[in-house]
Amino acid sequence: MPSVIAIIVLGGTGLVCGAALAFAAKVFEVKEDPRIQAILDLLPGANCGACGVPGCAEYAKAVAQQKLPIDLCKRGGAETLAKLSIYLGVKAEAKERRVAIVLCQGDNTKASRRGVYNGIADCAAAHAMGGDKGCRYGCLGLGSCARVCPVNAIEITPNRLAVVHPEICIGCGLCAQTCPRALIKLVPESRRIHVLCRSKDRGPVVKKLCSVGCIGCTLCAKTLGNQGIRMEGPLAVVDYSVQIENDEVITKCPQHSIANRPGRRLA
Amino acid sequence: MANYVLMVIGAVLVNNFVLTRFLGICPFLGVSKELPTALGMGLAVIFVMTCASAVTNLVRTWLLVPFSLDYLQTIAFILVIATFVQFVELVMKKTSPALHRALGIFLPLITTNCCVLGVAVLNVQKGHGFWESVVFGFGAAVGFALALIIFAGLREKIDRANPPRAFRGVAIALVTAGLLSLAFMGFSGLVKM
Repeated sequence: MPSVIAIIVLGGTGLVCGAALAFAAKVFEVKEDPRIQAILDLLPGANCGACGVPGCAEYAKAVAQQKLPIDLCKRGGAETLAKLSIYLGVKAEAKERRVAIVLCQGDNTKASRRGVYNGIADCAAAHAMGGDKGCRYGCLGLGSCARVCPVNAIEITPNRLAVVHPEICIGCGLCAQTCPRALIKLVPESRRIHVLCRSKDRGPVVKKLCSVGCIGCTLCAKTLGNQGIRMEGPLAVVDYSVQIENDEVITKCPQHSIANRPGRRLA
Repeated sequence: MANYVLMVIGAVLVNNFVLTRFLGICPFLGVSKELPTALGMGLAVIFVMTCASAVTNLVRTWLLVPFSLDYLQTIAFILVIATFVQFVELVMKKTSPALHRALGIFLPLITTNCCVLGVAVLNVQKGHGFWESVVFGFGAAVGFALALIIFAGLREKIDRANPPRAFRGVAIALVTAGLLSLAFMGFSGLVKM
């Protein structure tokens, strides 16, 4: 008999609990807009936050409630935009995909160091101390940008230099915000020619500190007739609004600061 | 009243659930990588453990003891706690979406967490009455949250401190947990229960 009582009591408790849950699920049901789930399925699900709201679920909600436009997803790019515009019947034109690039080539083999940094392994902390590099503008190589990258597109080379892999980059811009030296820039993916230096030091100083730094000789700007590269003090800066077609600038640069690095995804 | 205060201090510091009783180790290691998540988990555990202590006490007094079914205590407690947590999640989703978002992921995670079940069983072993159970459950959960939050803070710092390669990750985390437990040994004898 005791076993029967046990079965009845425990089974009864289970039944009551189950019924209570089923009842509660009915009473406390929350009706969600079915479009939110559908939009969420169309989004890439990287939860990178590049659209300005935390995560894809929030963005899907905002789009369904028409609080945000449908072209903010940078990860998904044109593909997602096309799907969203079909689903929602809204017209939108794709913007060009943008990818991040680190504007520095001065790794341990090319740039001099003024000491050994043994502090917290974080670029902002090292930058506050002035950094261990001779150059005050160069990449510290401690990987703060690589840590915030949601898709692990940034590699820190063994010689301590951050390099973005454009084929993985989703252009969310988190790394550009994180870099204490503002070395990372978001550029349209079709741009191939970059000046990989941000040093505002004068030529002789740069030459002493780094073998690949821009010395402000203005040769590149002259070669292009000031179209595409302009001088900002002693530093050549690429104007990313125009496409540079003349590859001669790469070989013209005496410091090899200019590189041909296409940002497009390999097909 | 003084009795209850002593009970809370005893559960939080002297017999800390994680660091001296070995309960709830897996969330202690699992969700202690970042401070905000540890905070969310801690709050969810405090809420669930306090309520679970009350519910299990009622189930035992009104259901198990009258039918002399004490030996079914473990399975009955699991059943009741799981139902209760699910129920709370449903209610929370309806009434306060903000709280649901903050605790949402953690609530199902701790349904049958060993420290939740542990506090229910300990309440029985110590012969606690209803209010004693609730206070003890609350104290134990605060102790868990305290340990979790301290540990998460430590791990965040350690991640940035460049430990030697062989120590990185779980190894240094376990060493840290051991040292933290050692520190909590200092509280033994503070309250005699």
